[in-house]
Amino acid sequence: MAKIPIQITVNGQVRQFEVDTRLLLVHYLREELGLTGTKIGCDTSQCGACVVHVNGAAVKSCTLLAVQVDGAEITTIEGLASDGGALHPLQEAFWNNHGLQCGYCTSGMIMASVELLQRNPRPTGQEVREGLEGNICRCTGYQNIVKAVLAAAEAMGGQR
Amino acid sequence: MTTRIFGSGIRRREDPRLITGQATYTDDIKLPGTVHAAIKRSIHAHARIKSVDTSAAAAAPGVLAVYTGADTDGVLNPIPCAWVVPDSDVKAVAYPAIAKDVVRYVGDAVAVVVAEDRYQAEDALELIEVDYEPLPVVVNPEEATKDGAPQLHDDAPNNQAFHWVASGGDSDAAFDSPEVVVRDTIIQQKLIPTPMEPRAALATWLPSMGELTLWSTSQNPHICRFVTSLVTGLPEHKIRVIAPEVGGGFGSKIAVYPWEMVTAFCAMKLGRPVKWTETRSENYIATTHGRDHVEHVELAATRDGKITGVRSVVYAGMGAYLSTAAPGIPTILHGLMYCGPYEIPNVKAEVYGVFTNSTPVEAYRGAGRPEATFLLERMIDLLAAELDLDPVEVRRRNLIPKFEDGHDIALGLTYDSGDYQLALDTVLDHVGYQALRREQARLRANNQYMGIGVSTYCEICGIGPSQVAGAVGFGGGLWESAIVRFYATGKANIFVGTSPHGQGEETTFAQILSDELGVDVDDVEVIHGDTDNTPMGWGTYGSRTTVISGAAIALSARKIKDKAKALAAHLLEAAEEDIEYEDGKFFVRGSPDQSKTIQDVALMANVAWNMPEGMEPGLEATTFYDTPNFSFPFGAHVAVVTVDADTGHIELQRYACVDDCGPQINPMIVEGQVHGGVVQGAGQALWEGAVYDENGQLLTGSMMDYALPRAHLVPEIETLSTETPSPHNPLGVKGIGETGTIASTPTIYNAVIDALKPFGVTRLEMPLTPERVWRAIHQQ
Amino acid sequence: MFATEFEYHKASSVDQAVHLLNGNQEAKLLAGGHSLIPLMKLRQASPAVVIDIGGIEALKGITASDGVIRIGALTTHGAIARSARVRENCAVAAEAAAGIGDPQVRNLGTIGGNVCHADPGSDWPPVLCALNARFMIQGPGDWGPQGTRTLQASEFFTGLLTTALAENELLLAVEVPRLATNQRAAYAKMPHPATSFSVVGAAVLVSVEDGRCTAASVVLGGLVPSPMRATSVEDALVGEELTAGAIAAAADRAAADLGDNVAGDSVFASADYRRAMAPVLVRRALSRAAGLSRD
Repeated sequence: MAKIPIQITVNGQVRQFEVDTRLLLVHYLREELGLTGTKIGCDTSQCGACVVHVNGAAVKSCTLLAVQVDGAEITTIEGLASDGGALHPLQEAFWNNHGLQCGYCTSGMIMASVELLQRNPRPTGQEVREGLEGNICRCTGYQNIVKAVLAAAEAMGGQR
Repeated sequence: MTTRIFGSGIRRREDPRLITGQATYTDDIKLPGTVHAAIKRSIHAHARIKSVDTSAAAAAPGVLAVYTGADTDGVLNPIPCAWVVPDSDVKAVAYPAIAKDVVRYVGDAVAVVVAEDRYQAEDALELIEVDYEPLPVVVNPEEATKDGAPQLHDDAPNNQAFHWVASGGDSDAAFDSPEVVVRDTIIQQKLIPTPMEPRAALATWLPSMGELTLWSTSQNPHICRFVTSLVTGLPEHKIRVIAPEVGGGFGSKIAVYPWEMVTAFCAMKLGRPVKWTETRSENYIATTHGRDHVEHVELAATRDGKITGVRSVVYAGMGAYLSTAAPGIPTILHGLMYCGPYEIPNVKAEVYGVFTNSTPVEAYRGAGRPEATFLLERMIDLLAAELDLDPVEVRRRNLIPKFEDGHDIALGLTYDSGDYQLALDTVLDHVGYQALRREQARLRANNQYMGIGVSTYCEICGIGPSQVAGAVGFGGGLWESAIVRFYATGKANIFVGTSPHGQGEETTFAQILSDELGVDVDDVEVIHGDTDNTPMGWGTYGSRTTVISGAAIALSARKIKDKAKALAAHLLEAAEEDIEYEDGKFFVRGSPDQSKTIQDVALMANVAWNMPEGMEPGLEATTFYDTPNFSFPFGAHVAVVTVDADTGHIELQRYACVDDCGPQINPMIVEGQVHGGVVQGAGQALWEGAVYDENGQLLTGSMMDYALPRAHLVPEIETLSTETPSPHNPLGVKGIGETGTIASTPTIYNAVIDALKPFGVTRLEMPLTPERVWRAIHQQ
Repeated sequence: MFATEFEYHKASSVDQAVHLLNGNQEAKLLAGGHSLIPLMKLRQASPAVVIDIGGIEALKGITASDGVIRIGALTTHGAIARSARVRENCAVAAEAAAGIGDPQVRNLGTIGGNVCHADPGSDWPPVLCALNARFMIQGPGDWGPQGTRTLQASEFFTGLLTTALAENELLLAVEVPRLATNQRAAYAKMPHPATSFSVVGAAVLVSVEDGRCTAASVVLGGLVPSPMRATSVEDALVGEELTAGAIAAAADRAAADLGDNVAGDSVFASADYRRAMAPVLVRRALSRAAGLSRD
């Protein structure tokens, strides 16, 4: 089967590849680009371990073909911290509030939370819970994740 | 001294790599030349394999090899069961890595394909033709023991994997003519552990050296190496097992599975690195499950609510084969805990381990203790209903009074310490129990249904003394070792044989060392997970890592302190008995300015220019720690639910808990363990359950059907604690990893039954789906 | 969890999409991919050709005119949920969109992809039927008015996973009538705890004049193979004052309307239970539409 050339910008870097049409975005990121911070947890788009941003929107990269995002700008967990390495406020908040245990859901959880706070800069706890309904964590019972997102909202100066 | 580091909720030291995507889990490792294995799994729950045709698959693009049971038979030894409980007639049936003649559950392996990439391997799987002759199927553990039931193994008549009885007091006499007796049949539904990281393995083989390296998503790499040696026949010292970052386990990564052995086999055959990573649907059929009991339970009591006896007959599903630790779970970790935190004089547990045509059952968070706790808490609520007493009052009348240094129970265990009444009082005060009851009455008058559930529990963890391990048939020790090594620069490594995978011990262990020797936590790095650079250890499960590894670290630190004191005395030209230690400094009594820091001492010990006569260079200590007893954390939990009577929908409104794990090294981590545990237990009560049809097909085969707790479905957990140190541990600590799961399922269940009291509902099966609740309310 | 191989084409215009559709008989259209890709990963769908229409800008966006809100087929659920236009003119559509899947699914999943897949657990089919939405469809041939046709929602959904859309047709947009000042709509569903799919759902649109219901549209979803009007519930409402009692009495008729038309048992909910829940959900949707409750 012929491969198709695609060009995408990942974490600010332009990447060109020829990919199989059936290659999932998550496999492209992990296998071709070596960006293994994005995880696969369920394969059926329930768990959210694979969430990345495509053109600014949080999406599940296990349910997206690499060819679909030709021309897009993608941000993964590896691209979230600033160029100088300073953590994003959400990363900092997850750390400060023990918002992770095994860490496997964390990349997706943080990427989902970034969008959540973009859409709703000063959410209530319940709004955070509802905003994270597409991300499953098996370790934390979600409590410290919610706490972390609320703390990040505060730190980022969100106004209710 | 500033705030003590032991007891500080400092943020975790492992987090920076996890929040930036830089952590390396097994599937993240990419070695040059890696090829990919995919496993052809049985679509039948029970069938004879008539033939396997791999020719088309072998010829498919990118395929390097296809192997079947005929290839592995005689090369890979059967997968061993490592917990052969004595006096219970355990049938250690053959558990082949790849089935050759008969498949016994949907998911049993029939072949493996290795291809250049994962997609090609999956394509080739579809080209393997297996001709099956279907055989009759049984999935219910009790049904499987009946005459005429389909038989899984010739050498296990009536599918009986084992039969185990434990008793204390005279349980039969207690039921001769009790004043009150309550009975129930409890179904502990089969659960799918679902760590967020599926299982994976990567194997490389160095033929010139005869060395195998196996990366595996394991909770216990040293056990994995031990078993890999048994299965492959390779000498143990030529095997290196690495558990890199592991994304949760909850018991499902204890077992050594056929699939990593098959991965190793492929690597050895092909001379290429071979990776196998399961999909989630594969995880749901081929990675071990938990629970799966059918329990017939009776509880006898006096009219004033004093429990006089508990007895049970339990059918514990084992699935198709005996997984690594499976027989120990419904027996030692379940049957021996029938007293809970109560003074119960007469107890008997009779447990049948049963083979069924389903995924093998193993430890799942709590492993045996959630089942025991549920059984007791359920029966006590039934007793309260029977006597028309408040469930809290019945508990009060039976709780063991406070004890600080050992309490013997009827089943032969000695609990370490406990103050159960205090835990109960604390949580009831916190929630305002009487006010909740008044609120409940007010709502009921308006046809609104609120329920309050209360549980008091005590569990056995921090497993355990090795002598006991041997006595109960555990195929290994249960001690731990820790090496603490100081370098010339004053920095230190801690090397442990346990293998944390989310529990935060890279932080708590550093806190222990910091507390003992005054070294900054940032100057300590904890090394774990690689059999080549860690000392022997038995792994992370049974809430034992902090308790046992932690003790080993503390004792190593104390050995180092002794040596450092002697060396400091030498350097300060003082007598050793005149040296005092405080906050990382050794000083001459009365002259605090004449001092050496631990860093000064570490430098001198490492360069060894000026050592006391006879003292060895280096500042390092190793401790092999075998605990004298298990630890027995305890607590009291309260749940408040509302039930929508029109739909049966349950809303978990409030959850509060008091847990006592002794002194907390890092309270933030302790709370996190409780949050996660409580929600996992809520999952069993409300949403989760592996459902099979009569053909043994798993109907809940993905996260689309197996409902897991989600953020918007659970409330904030109100965590409180009491602190009762264990006298049997150098740090006084007890395990906390499983308490939440152990306590929350019965607490929530009891709350729902309490809510449904106006409808006369006394029992329901879990998970408490809206339909089940609605049917109970409407007697449908 | 790995799709079989397929030929991939990207269409950048409706024209091109139609052209590609005509040239490839076995082709599947790919919009947001949230219905098709899961099926392909499970190998329950193995199309030889996939035509990616996700980049056709002309099919995205929400416009309002002449009492109609036009939602381009490639508009995501998220965009609909957040659209001020939809919220102001037909809030129920925004609410239904906000309850689909989860935020990430809503960011990719499109209304067009959703309705063309016609999953019984989808929220859009009953809601669009209750709202009497119209489906604008492009047929084969040149792009232009000649090649298009319009179907009512009730005509579009023809059965389990099937629609009236021919293999060489393309859905362009869904038009939802703006609610009149005397109209109220609501949607109530019981979501599956794992997927948020509708286990039982009821969408209602009622018109009220002088305190009495003059017209009602009550459509069930989730438990039926494709959306179904509960006509005897509708009949019972017309002419009535929408009191709790009248609503409850009318809603009770939903079970009879359903008859045997209930999808099979699932692990989470049996057919019998779902049938019993239909009146409850109808009652809740009606109560909300009538302003009697908010849940």
